Amino acid sequence: MAAVLAVLEQRDGALKKVSYEVVTAARGLADGLGCGVDGLALGPVSLDVTAATKFGAEEMWMIGDDHAALYQPHLYTRAVLDRIKAKDYSAIVLAATAMGKDLGPRLAARLGVPLVADVTSVTVDGGIVVTRPVYAGKAVYRLKITAPRCVISLRPNSVMAVEQSRTATLQHAVLPMAEDGPVARTTAVKAPAEAKLDVAEAPIVVSGGRGLKEPGNFKLVEELAQALGTAAVGASRAVVDAGWRPHAEQVGQTGKTVSPGLYFAIGISGAIQHLAGMRTAKVIVAINKDKDAPIFKVADYGVVGDLFEILPRLIQEIKKVRGAA
Amino acid sequence: MKIAVCVKRVPDTETRIKIAADGRSIDESGVKFVLNPYDEYAVEEALRRKEAAGAGEVVVVALGTDTSQETIRTALAMGADRGVLLKTDQRSPDPLPLARALAAELKGGSYDLILFGKLAVDDYSHATGTMVAELLGLPCVSAVSHLDLANGKGKAEREVEGGVEVVEFPLPAVLTADKGLNQPRYPALKGIMAAKKKPLEVKPVTLEQGEVETLELALPPERKPGRILGEGPDAVPALIQALRTEAKVL
Repeated sequence: MAAVLAVLEQRDGALKKVSYEVVTAARGLADGLGCGVDGLALGPVSLDVTAATKFGAEEMWMIGDDHAALYQPHLYTRAVLDRIKAKDYSAIVLAATAMGKDLGPRLAARLGVPLVADVTSVTVDGGIVVTRPVYAGKAVYRLKITAPRCVISLRPNSVMAVEQSRTATLQHAVLPMAEDGPVARTTAVKAPAEAKLDVAEAPIVVSGGRGLKEPGNFKLVEELAQALGTAAVGASRAVVDAGWRPHAEQVGQTGKTVSPGLYFAIGISGAIQHLAGMRTAKVIVAINKDKDAPIFKVADYGVVGDLFEILPRLIQEIKKVRGAA
Repeated sequence: MKIAVCVKRVPDTETRIKIAADGRSIDESGVKFVLNPYDEYAVEEALRRKEAAGAGEVVVVALGTDTSQETIRTALAMGADRGVLLKTDQRSPDPLPLARALAAELKGGSYDLILFGKLAVDDYSHATGTMVAELLGLPCVSAVSHLDLANGKGKAEREVEGGVEVVEFPLPAVLTADKGLNQPRYPALKGIMAAKKKPLEVKPVTLEQGEVETLELALPPERKPGRILGEGPDAVPALIQALRTEAKVL
């Protein structure tokens, strides 16, 4: 009988939060299709997948091998294909992360099946129906998959992970041998000096723009992010293009599309391409000196004025609130 | 170095999207189309690699309607040598039929490198280049933001969440370019004039039937109108209050 396969993702032996979202989405899909869910996780020997067994899968397959500690495209592809040989999966669900955006197309091409990438919802309505934002979120497709099998990548933060009463049984598998032929090999992951949350994954994003006037003033944005706790620093295209901030922080059509629970736009006027990248945030706060700035049209809460006066007060108040909590 | 660069014609990122009457595509009237921004990095990288090698050829390949000739000419104006348009009026919401058509053209082309942009800013699939690599059985690194090539081998860096992956691979290979890989050049007038005379071959292709059906293309739901809480630092307490009790996010 067919089933849905959820492919999990880890970093340094710990599962990423988006993995639970992927299993939850796979469970919802499987319920619609009337079938089961299996999970598959690859990682180092120290990988612990116990936490992922609570999100509705029946079987949780694990490949713990230090050769799979880093994302190795050919080995990960082979491992998923091997699992699919063992069982007839009608959908393969993975996260639309740096890994999933690479692995998804490989699987779809090898299997000769459609890929729907970076989807924000998955339902069953006479077939698998997904929504996927395009033009960086300026428009949204509703697509129906007419193939008997497909690959789906899920945008982080678009499905809330929900624990279920069922606990998956743990299954172990071995890492497949490397295929003959030339392959790309990941040799290292360079981490920044201090671990930083990624804008695409963080539950809170604090973004700064031209209104900060100079790169050094971004420390105000960083301080606000720090005061908020689990927050990442983001940036507008203007300041990335000006070399103030790295591209990894850029939010917008040529940067990242984000859906955090809370988004702060600080000194960002709100160009169309920026709004496209953050409009799916649940709550948007804008601080800008121009009361007519387009950012206020999408913001839930706006404060007009000089950010250099507003931010210190905001940081202080948030520290107070969080200190008391 | 013989290098292929696959490019796409897309609406400019500042375009305000309107939905066409069919409810499944965008209204293209009045839309300015450009060479996909990520493909600019791919074209630039190809030109630099050819220049560094001192010899070779940069071939620009596009898939799309006749209007994509203009997109190819932009890349030729940057300095590419010749273009190939795989001409079709068909569209596919599934990237696989597109990848198959491109792979069929690239196969047997004896390319040392095949470059793509990491994604097209219209459909956002982030897939075609990687699919082409798998279809051709070539090593592939996606979203490359730094590249070293020497002696038939390459070392690429790609941004991942909270870090940078270092990936090593042999040539020939397929790479997809991210922002940061280089600073694309603007076509000079001389380049624009020269581009008009460069060869551009038009080959009609028929896409395989995809297995994804477009039910609808719609504008995203409008956000509920928000409100200005006040001016200056005095508005901060009202903001904190709203975030705590109304939005419940603090």
